Formats: sequence, C-alpha cells, structure tokens
Amino acid sequence: MSDIVKLYAFRGSPYSCRPEIALKLKGVKYEFIQEDLKNKSADLIKYNPVNKKVPVLVHNGNPISESVVILEYIDEVWKGVPILPQDAYEKAQARFWARFVDDKCIPAVFKAMVSRGEEQAVAEAHVQMQFLENELKAKGKKFFGGDNVGLVDICASYMALWVGAAEEALGIKLMPKDKFPKLIEWSDNYINCPAVKDGLPPRETVVGIYKTL
Amino acid sequence: MKSVHRKMTDEVKLYGFPGSPFGCRVETALKLKGIKYEFIQEDLSNKSADLLKYNPVHKKIPVLVHNGNPIAESVVIIEYIDDIWKEVPILPQDAYEKAQARFWAKFIDDKCIPAIYNSYGNVEAVAEATEPLQFLENELNVKGKKFFGGDNIGLVDICACYMAFWVGAAEEALGIKIMTKEKFPKLKKWCDSYINCQVVKDSLPPRESLVAYYKWRFGKAE
Repeated sequence: MSDIVKLYAFRGSPYSCRPEIALKLKGVKYEFIQEDLKNKSADLIKYNPVNKKVPVLVHNGNPISESVVILEYIDEVWKGVPILPQDAYEKAQARFWARFVDDKCIPAVFKAMVSRGEEQAVAEAHVQMQFLENELKAKGKKFFGGDNVGLVDICASYMALWVGAAEEALGIKLMPKDKFPKLIEWSDNYINCPAVKDGLPPRETVVGIYKTL
Repeated sequence: MKSVHRKMTDEVKLYGFPGSPFGCRVETALKLKGIKYEFIQEDLSNKSADLLKYNPVHKKIPVLVHNGNPIAESVVIIEYIDDIWKEVPILPQDAYEKAQARFWAKFIDDKCIPAIYNSYGNVEAVAEATEPLQFLENELNVKGKKFFGGDNIGLVDICACYMAFWVGAAEEALGIKIMTKEKFPKLKKWCDSYINCQVVKDSLPPRESLVAYYKWRFGKAE
C-alpha cells in the first residue's frame, strides 16, 4: 500500500517550507497544494478547522497541523534521515530551541521588519538572535543539528532566507555579519543543502512579498 | 556530547513555584510515573543563581535538572520525562495520536490560556476567552472518553490543568464567569474528574492561596 501524502501550504511562508524540507530530506513523495490565503479552500478548512492555517499535512486522509507537530510526525513515520536526535536529552534541547525560534526569535525579528529597522526593535531582535549565535558557537558544528540538518535548522529557515530577503526588500540591516558571524555562516551552509534548496521558496518570491509589506 | 541515561539512583530536581500552572504540569508528570524528585521553590522576585545557570535563555521556572542536566519549558520537560521513564505513558504510542496530543497541547498554550488570562480584570475580553474553549469542549464530545488522553490522563489533560483549577479560582476571586456549566458541560465534568486524580491533587497549590493571589493581582480596590 503506498502512502498518500498531501501538503496544503503557501510557497513563501516560512512555516510552510518546514514540512517540505523535511519530506524532501526523507525522500517522501507528496502532492503540494498551494493555498490562496485570501480564499482558503474547503479542504484546508475541513482539515484544520481549529486554526484554518497552512501548513497542513494529510497522510492517508489523516490531517496534522502546526509545523513543528508535523515535523515530529514526519520524523516518527518515515525513519530514513533523522530530524530529531536519538538521545532523549539532545532531543529535549532541540525541542527547546525550536520553541525559542518560534516564541522569541521570529516574533522579535518580525517586529524589527515591520518597523522597517527601527533602532529599539532591531536591538531587541539582536538580543534573541544572540542566543542562537551563542548556541552555534557552543556547539561548534556546521548546523544546529550537528553535522547534519535537524529540527532546529529547519525551524530557523526564517533566519536563513526570510531575514536576508527582508533586508534586501526594505533596505535595512537585521543580521550584520560582524555581530552574527556564526549565524551568517550557518545560513550559507543551510540554504545550500540540496533538500533545503528544493524546499525553500525562491529568494525573489520572498523579496517580492516583503516589498508589498 | 551529553547523554543522559537512567542511573542506579537518578537525581531529579525541579525548580518551581507552587502557584504556577506550568510547574504543576511537571509535578503531575513526575508523580504519575512515581519519580522521586527534590522540589526547589524559587522566589520569582529574586531568582536563584542556580535557576539562572540552568535556564539562562528564559530565566523561568519550571526547570527540571536530571543528573545535573537541565531541561526548560514545561511541555519539553514532560516529553523528556516520558522518553526517559517508560512506565505510565503520557503521550500515545501511535504517531498520529501523538501528533494530535501535541497539537492540542500547543492549542492550549497558544490560544486558550492567553485568551483566558487576558480576560482577568477586562470584562469585555471574557467572550473572546470562551471561543477557544469551545474547541476543547468539542474535542471531549467527539472523543467521548473521561479524559483528553482517553481512559487515563495524558499530555493534553496535564497541559489543561490551568482550565481545571486556575480558571475556577480566578472566577471566584474576580466574580466572573468564564467556564459555565451550561456552555461547557463536558469541560466541567472533565475538570472534576481531573482534579480528583490523586497525582493531580498532590500537585495542585491550595485553592485559597490562588484565590487570594488573583484577588490581589486583578481585583478592584475596595
């Protein structure tokens, strides 16, 4: 019996890219359904009645919502290339950092973007980004996941692509190389991974979205 | 690379604060599995050097320290506990059921609790506070079991302790009604079942302290 995997998503969304990257990393075949966020499909609303948002993974008719929940599900069902560490403590650390990216980092950086680089907003974003910078430094590896891409790297896709695209679109500096050398290095390594490259939207698409902000 | 395994004698410490629903979650999980631990009460206005060392990013409780290794964030801690101590599982075995449990835990934290908290001392926000609760009510209706976790308590029940206990205390303290029996019959029934579980009872703070706290924090001056 072959799996039927559908991904309801929006190309350009930093949350939608997460399951795509995970599926590509694991070589899972899936059908991509692009949602019009201003006119959401009946299927999306049926599959995610609570939040009515993308991304939603539908596996053999069963829907899973929330990008990190989807990532963990993908990792459990398709064993191939692991996304989370095996060790329980390392796994807890990965989950902790994934939450940090979503709860603290992305909101602060987004605020800085929306304020078009206002000094205070950027300073606050830098406070959060510094934790990620320190984590890369302490780990001393190519990725947050170690030698290979893992949960935290995938969640931090926003930092690797969306931040640079916003900088270009809005003419602001969010992640200066002198302040965040490790993050910049990590971004380059990350977006050049084959599965990641395939799962990320084209940079021009994101720049285009930010230009309309 | 740090690697934590069960030792002959595990050393488990929980940095917490008795009135915190997030600390309560972790205590319930530990008690459910019969894990011995030392509770270290933090003074939230004067956090200990240890807490700051163990949770430098957020500087918050709860923090679990297992054989010297710290884990922060209540749901991350519960998943860790469930990974290490296999008896009395908190998350379902099945990958899809597990994903559903994680979804609802996130929903409680992202939608339910903030909406309810916003309504304290802000009467106009009470209607908004009940909207997310309707989804939980429906979920209990659909599941048709005693708990969100089925016949036994699970991750979602533990995360929903806020609804089971903290909301009632706030309602009493502030003279507001958020979770009425008419609107939320299943949720109210679940609350009773949940707080009557022994391990939950043993993890809850005294109700009077909580009521007093809410009166002080959000009540109108006499």
